[in-house]
Amino acid sequence: MTELTQAAISAEIAAEHARYDARVAGGAERLDAPLLDFAPYRSSVLRHPTKNPRLVDPETIELASPAFGHLDVAAVESDLTVQHAGEPLGERIVVTGRVLDGEGRPVRHQLVEVWQANSSGRYIHQRDQHPAPLDPNFTGAGRCITDADGGYRFTTIKPGAYPWKNHVNAWRPAHIHFSVFGSAFTQRLVTQMYFPGDPLFPLDPIYQSIADPAARERLVAAYDHDTSKPEWSLGYRWDIVLTGSRATWFEPEGSEL
Amino acid sequence: MSEMPVRDIQLPTPGQTVGPFFRYGLEFEGSELLVAPDSTGAVRLYGRVLDGAGEPVPDALIEIWQTDASGAIPTAEGSLHRSDAFTGWGRVHSGDDGGYAFTTVEPGTGFFAVVVFARGLLDRLHTRIYLPEQPDDALLATLDAEERATLVARRTPHGLEHDIRLQGELETVFLAFG
Repeated sequence: MTELTQAAISAEIAAEHARYDARVAGGAERLDAPLLDFAPYRSSVLRHPTKNPRLVDPETIELASPAFGHLDVAAVESDLTVQHAGEPLGERIVVTGRVLDGEGRPVRHQLVEVWQANSSGRYIHQRDQHPAPLDPNFTGAGRCITDADGGYRFTTIKPGAYPWKNHVNAWRPAHIHFSVFGSAFTQRLVTQMYFPGDPLFPLDPIYQSIADPAARERLVAAYDHDTSKPEWSLGYRWDIVLTGSRATWFEPEGSEL
Repeated sequence: MSEMPVRDIQLPTPGQTVGPFFRYGLEFEGSELLVAPDSTGAVRLYGRVLDGAGEPVPDALIEIWQTDASGAIPTAEGSLHRSDAFTGWGRVHSGDDGGYAFTTVEPGTGFFAVVVFARGLLDRLHTRIYLPEQPDDALLATLDAEERATLVARRTPHGLEHDIRLQGELETVFLAFG
């Protein structure tokens, strides 16, 4: 069996992006969402719908969102560095920003959940068995409720790059998983935040599943020196914009492309 | 109109897959119990998540959001630390057999709003699960019988059964919102 190389995956990514670019050049709408049918990410092959989503007007419950508050989340849950007896290893960081809707209005008092690998790139999940050390002082999961301005703030450790088995020598860029609720259930979002300047971006089929370069870059936090604290932590800013599920992710019906 | 000044048009943040290792980040006790199993009107909503080969998807996450039995939209907090208040929202991690199960009440509006995440699924999918008796519905009216069957639960001796198929011949009808 021949090994699936990074070069082969990179060529597939380039081909998918060329198809996307040709569609946009041909007048198709740019996509903010990832392509669900994106074979360079091998696990997607049997897990993407093949039919176009049905366009509907959201009704009743879909126009509202579940309510979360301080009954649900304690303030301490936003600090991932204080969950154990000792300090976790790695580069201490603060990640902060705002959750907004498409008109720039804050999404107030809503739940934000995060999870991530430790500074060695190891997840605490039992199925992550790659030979990097677990950190007894780091679980890597946190929660907070956005404030009246839509703001969120987590103190954590910068995660390491993570090796996976999509192809030989596959490495995910360092990332923090985010799960966010909006002001309507149609805005429900799970995504990943990345760090600026990561050399793994061009190689990563999950990041590159967002074919539009400007949309991809919206997942990259900005280093923010004003958020950094002297002799304590580096700061990153990342805003999250929830506009709902309006994307047309799939091939146009009858498309030749 | 709005009480906040409109600032500017913001471009949406793209989604990404929930990945393989989300359980420890997203699980909490009682996430699938919107009501206590022994409470009046409690019903089990259950089924399996399947891929394009008909194989179970053991690493999916399903959330439901629903009205109460009278059709009122819940406004109570406390889904993560449940009390007697009905919050209308639940979350379940699929099992090794792709199975999922919620304990809830039948929504007065006749359907559950559903969102599906999984390893291998690059963005979330919205769908609905309708009660079997749901007669006239704007969305169902636009679907043929086979498509409709992918959105309507079956009533069984165990509750409401409904499979979610990410791909394939009986692929679930997924939704985009206008």
